[in-house]
Amino acid sequence: MNGILRGGRGLFFALALPVVLVVAWWFGSANSTNFFFPSLSSILETFGRTWFAERMRADVLPSVTRLLIGYAGAVVLGVALGVVLGANRTLRRITEPVLEFFRAIPPPVLIPVLFLFAGIGNTAKVIVIVLGALWPILLNTVEGVRAVDEVLSDTSRCYRVTGWARLRHLVLPAASPQIVAGMRQALSISIILMVISEMFASSNGLGFTIIQFQRSFAIPEMWSGIILLGLLGFVLSLLFQLFERRSLRWYQGLRRSQRGE
Amino acid sequence: MSGDTFATPQTQDRDVLLDVRGVQKIYTGHGRTVEAIRDLTFSVGRGELVCIVGPSGAGKTTLLKCIAGLLEPTAGTVTLDGQRVTRPPQSMAVVFQEYGRSLYPWKTVQQNVELPLKQKKLPKARRQELVNEALAAVGLGEVHDAYPWQLSGGMQQRVAIARAVAYQPQVLLMDEPFAAVDAQTRADLEDLIRSLWHKLGVTILFVTHDIEESVYLGQRVLVLSSSPTVVMEDLPIDLPDERSQLETRSGRRFAELRHHVYEQIQLAKHRKGSEPGPDATPDVVAHGNAV
Repeated sequence: MNGILRGGRGLFFALALPVVLVVAWWFGSANSTNFFFPSLSSILETFGRTWFAERMRADVLPSVTRLLIGYAGAVVLGVALGVVLGANRTLRRITEPVLEFFRAIPPPVLIPVLFLFAGIGNTAKVIVIVLGALWPILLNTVEGVRAVDEVLSDTSRCYRVTGWARLRHLVLPAASPQIVAGMRQALSISIILMVISEMFASSNGLGFTIIQFQRSFAIPEMWSGIILLGLLGFVLSLLFQLFERRSLRWYQGLRRSQRGE
Repeated sequence: MSGDTFATPQTQDRDVLLDVRGVQKIYTGHGRTVEAIRDLTFSVGRGELVCIVGPSGAGKTTLLKCIAGLLEPTAGTVTLDGQRVTRPPQSMAVVFQEYGRSLYPWKTVQQNVELPLKQKKLPKARRQELVNEALAAVGLGEVHDAYPWQLSGGMQQRVAIARAVAYQPQVLLMDEPFAAVDAQTRADLEDLIRSLWHKLGVTILFVTHDIEESVYLGQRVLVLSSSPTVVMEDLPIDLPDERSQLETRSGRRFAELRHHVYEQIQLAKHRKGSEPGPDATPDVVAHGNAV
């Protein structure tokens, strides 16, 4: 009973502000005559018509596919390189300045350069996402691997947990809190790069469509695209939270027990 | 009261399992060299329970790591069952002081104990058997699915001991394993070690800074000097084999031995390993009932 009450309160607090904002937007824009800020009712009216027909397959699906492939590529490459660099001090010292430099470059500026070399197809867009989202994962993995506990490392050596077993049972789990933190940052970077690369040069995708709407003065449709992007990001971040909670349950528990709860 | 003698250990005609010969360890780095261990020579017979006690900073952990094959000694050799130790041998298990950092927090108790057995390529049924036996032996029959951080400190150290026991080593190295648990838990764990030793016939090398603990547990106590470390004394503990926290610790002989080791440690603090005096092994102790 108490649990249900508390759950209800949690839900109330989570939903209160969004509901207030939507209601405010709805009534504030109800009588809008401003061409660029149409009423929310008209935006929602166009929403279903705009997205749930042909465009779901023709634009949303390609966007999400590029996003997921690019993101997955960044995760795999970032963790793999991070493990290698984290485990090797010399390699780390050689590469560190270069890595810091590349990380400091805002990823969107890579887009024009990459499009010159890799064309404007799917591959180029995926590469943009990989190269932009790679850094937080890579650098966090390096830190996580470096910080593997010395006692645990000695213990593993004593029990001959070496080679791949060491990677699987010691290094990756020990670095996983940092890796997941890097993956969280990388997810939002990936979404940004997906949209920008499509806005730059594309023949389909969410970013492309939103720019098309804007250029053809289909303003309610443009707004509906922005809302769709927001929802997409929101859903992905919810899914990520779910993944994080499952994969790092031990870490949350460990932290709570260290705080003496 | 006086006149009790402390025998010198008989090192001949023994089945030597672990042999430490002339081990020296010098750390170099940042333009400084530190000689942690100068010259350590001793041996441990098969089935013995030997305690190493020394003042803090005596390089006990360094020594243990050299024996475990985790550190390469600057000079000297460690030999286990006739084989020179250059990396962690399969017939050796180690229990560290920091139980919180030696168990995998992302694995359950069951998985923690089982992982080394998987590395030994034992079949699943045999692994489960060993895990169950080992956990039962340390008095933890029902925590297989708990995570280490859900357990108390004493229980976590029991899990670490169970992991070592399940590994079925010839030699069990313990590096101040009870330094971080409370006094009562500690007494329980000491008795646990004695009973496991009796039951399993395993050879145990137990490093501690606690003098009473070393006398209570050991068949022999090696007293180390301050750093740079040498063995100051190799003292046989002639207490009865059946020991109890209450009886043994209040006995006269226990007090004498404890007193003697304490004196040696005090000496060790004031004298560096470079000058092991001839009086390192006094054969007379003045006050019998000093506690």
